Amino acid sequence: MLKVDIEKCTGCGECEESCTFEAIFVEDEVAVVDQDACTLCGICVDGCPEGALEIQGEQGLLATDLSSWKGIWVVAECRSGVLAPVTLELLAKSGELAGKLDTEVTAVLMGHEIESRAQELIFYGADRVLVVDHPELATFTDEVYGNILADLAKKENPEIILAGATAMGRSYIPRVATILETGLTADCTGLDIRAEDRTLLQTRPAFGGNLLATIVCPGHRPQMATVRPHVMRANAPDPDRKGEVIRILPGEDLLSHRVQVLESVKEQAEGPNLSEADVIVTAGRGFEQEKNVELAKELADLLGGTVGATRAAVDAGWLSGRTQIGQTGVTVSPKLYVACGVSGAIQHIVGMQGSEIIVSINKDAEAPIFDVTTYGLVGDVKEILPLLIRRIQKERGS
Amino acid sequence: MNIVVCIKQVPDAKTVRFDTEKGTLVREGVEAVINPFDFHALEAGFQLKDTYGGEITVLSMGPPQAENALKEALSLGADKGILLSDRAFAGADTLATTYTLAKAIEKLGPVDLVLCGKQAIDGDTAQVGPGLAVRLGIPYVTCVNALSVLDDGKTMHLRRINEDGYDMLELEMPALLTVLASLNTPRLPSLKGKMRARKAEIPVWDARELGAKPGMIGLEGSATQVVSTSVPTFEARREMLEGSSEEQVEALVSRFKEAGIL
Ligand SMILES: Cc1cc2nc3c(=O)[nH]c(=O)nc-3n(C[C@H](O)[C@H](O)[C@H](O)COP(=O)(O)OP(=O)(O)OC[C@H]3O[C@@H](n4cnc5c(N)ncnc54)[C@H](O)[C@@H]3O)c2cc1C
Ligand SMILES: Nc1ncnc2c1ncn2[C@@H]1O[C@H](COP(=O)(O)O)[C@@H](O)[C@H]1O
Repeated sequence: MLKVDIEKCTGCGECEESCTFEAIFVEDEVAVVDQDACTLCGICVDGCPEGALEIQGEQGLLATDLSSWKGIWVVAECRSGVLAPVTLELLAKSGELAGKLDTEVTAVLMGHEIESRAQELIFYGADRVLVVDHPELATFTDEVYGNILADLAKKENPEIILAGATAMGRSYIPRVATILETGLTADCTGLDIRAEDRTLLQTRPAFGGNLLATIVCPGHRPQMATVRPHVMRANAPDPDRKGEVIRILPGEDLLSHRVQVLESVKEQAEGPNLSEADVIVTAGRGFEQEKNVELAKELADLLGGTVGATRAAVDAGWLSGRTQIGQTGVTVSPKLYVACGVSGAIQHIVGMQGSEIIVSINKDAEAPIFDVTTYGLVGDVKEILPLLIRRIQKERGS
Repeated sequence: MNIVVCIKQVPDAKTVRFDTEKGTLVREGVEAVINPFDFHALEAGFQLKDTYGGEITVLSMGPPQAENALKEALSLGADKGILLSDRAFAGADTLATTYTLAKAIEKLGPVDLVLCGKQAIDGDTAQVGPGLAVRLGIPYVTCVNALSVLDDGKTMHLRRINEDGYDMLELEMPALLTVLASLNTPRLPSLKGKMRARKAEIPVWDARELGAKPGMIGLEGSATQVVSTSVPTFEARREMLEGSSEEQVEALVSRFKEAGIL
């Protein structure tokens, strides 16, 4: 409850001015609180020149002793026996944060027959690896992975938990945060430590990348974030790094799950997946016919990249829905984005404007895609792409 | 089948502008629409109802204007809409949002299925669905792009997309799903639906009505806090390459070499 000390209050009205919720006003030269409207945000408390306002009680949710939470955890992601690139990126970042906090980095590795990966995690920056190896973990389920991670966190009280903002991470990390009743910042692109109070500063894009927000989790622990793949840089592995590997046997009660995996299907992936690709060549409606989309694939192959699509290209049936980039598809930020026959509708742009270099090929010089373009080519994709492909082949001497 | 669809009213991407000086969203002239993914959640609900019967309740937590989003959902075919609105809900992060939505769903009584969009396009968190399922104590599957119900009427088969392909999953209702745009094509409102929506009364539930604990909702129930915002500036770096197609390609290749791409 927000309390006014009527001895100190001078009725200056600062609080009334500052309240977003119209919950405090001056009456008979003293501040009065509408307790129903008050959200206890504390803005007026900080702003009161007399120190006459105080929020009392209701502190039950706060983690009592923040100093009893220690260490940075990186949730390792292992798909088909291979560590996801984002895990290695997070280890490098965590090493940097751990330096500022004077603490250590623990990787949590869950799966089946994955123990050999533990050493690799150490080479990339982990000081300690908690390995949970169990047949029930051979296939991913939100419940089992989430329950085990939450259980470990309850026992060990890490200060920070970081995971990749991958399909898997974005699915089960929110489960963990809810079980632990703590905050979770999704899809971060920047992490830092505020030195004076050891707070994790989590920066993330919102509104399709048009706004960057820095978020903190002041009163709850652990501080949790998922981090977008491909925005941080992994260290080169150091085979001389030493660390501790701790095997953990999960309790039976953590292994039950109500969602059964009937099968896991790998789709013939041509090149790297979209969120991890350095180069993306996107096909838009400007390809006119399905057979022309081959040109985009050829260029992508040549540059070691992968093919993306606009919704129009998906709707035309040329490419699968999973390759759609934009507001209702995926968000990407490769080093090189080549938009071919793409008009640049806002719903597409929000998914790709974070790319480092954007090349656009469009026969309409006025197409809005050129507003976000680094290098623009005006012309027909059917003519330009074959020229570009041949020219790159020549450059490569093939 | 009793289905609850959670929808959020979000600023329309076409009308959103940002103040680069202050680093904030310009609220003026911004139109509010139903979050695009939530149309697909609604459509999934309608298709299930078409086959199995039952009732679709649409739920939204937001300011009083969010009533419009609920009315739009009614015009598309939802049976009833409930608005969770209270000044004390303001400033909720996903932890407080899932608590509030869960309170409302518990109040509605037993449900078979809760449907959410994959993510909201303003916050882009994709956390509300999984968090809500945990609060309700039901299983969930995210990123669903195909679903079917078996003959027993309660077992579902689902396809969940991931980076490498997809998983086929089985679960028994009650459950919560978050859906992708590729799951279906949303229908348009019918004239009858529009008329019904216009006349419909949307009940508004506040914190007291929900029996929500003050420390669990709104700003106070939120674990995260935004400390600053900024608008990233994309430097004006547009260069139109000139000349014939061959010349443009030549210029591009030399830019690629400079950037170390070739
Ligand atoms: C709620 C909502 C969500 C949406 N979500 C997404 C999303 O996630 N992703 C997405 O991509 N879209 C999305 N859209 C659709 C979006 O608004 C556009 O319709 C879509 O991006 C257009 O795709 P396009 O650029 O391929 O096609 P078009 O807009 O038709 O553009 C084709 C372009 O190709 C050029 N062209 C034509 N022929 C040639 C040629 N021979 N050589 C060179 N250039 C040529 C034309 O000049 C034109 O600029 C969404 C829409 C809505 C309403
Ligand atoms: N305030 C809200 N009211 C109702 N549903 C919501 C609300 N916020 C989020 N949702 C639902 O949760 C999904 C994911 O939202 P988010 O986690 O915010 O990205 C949305 O697509 C909605 O289905």
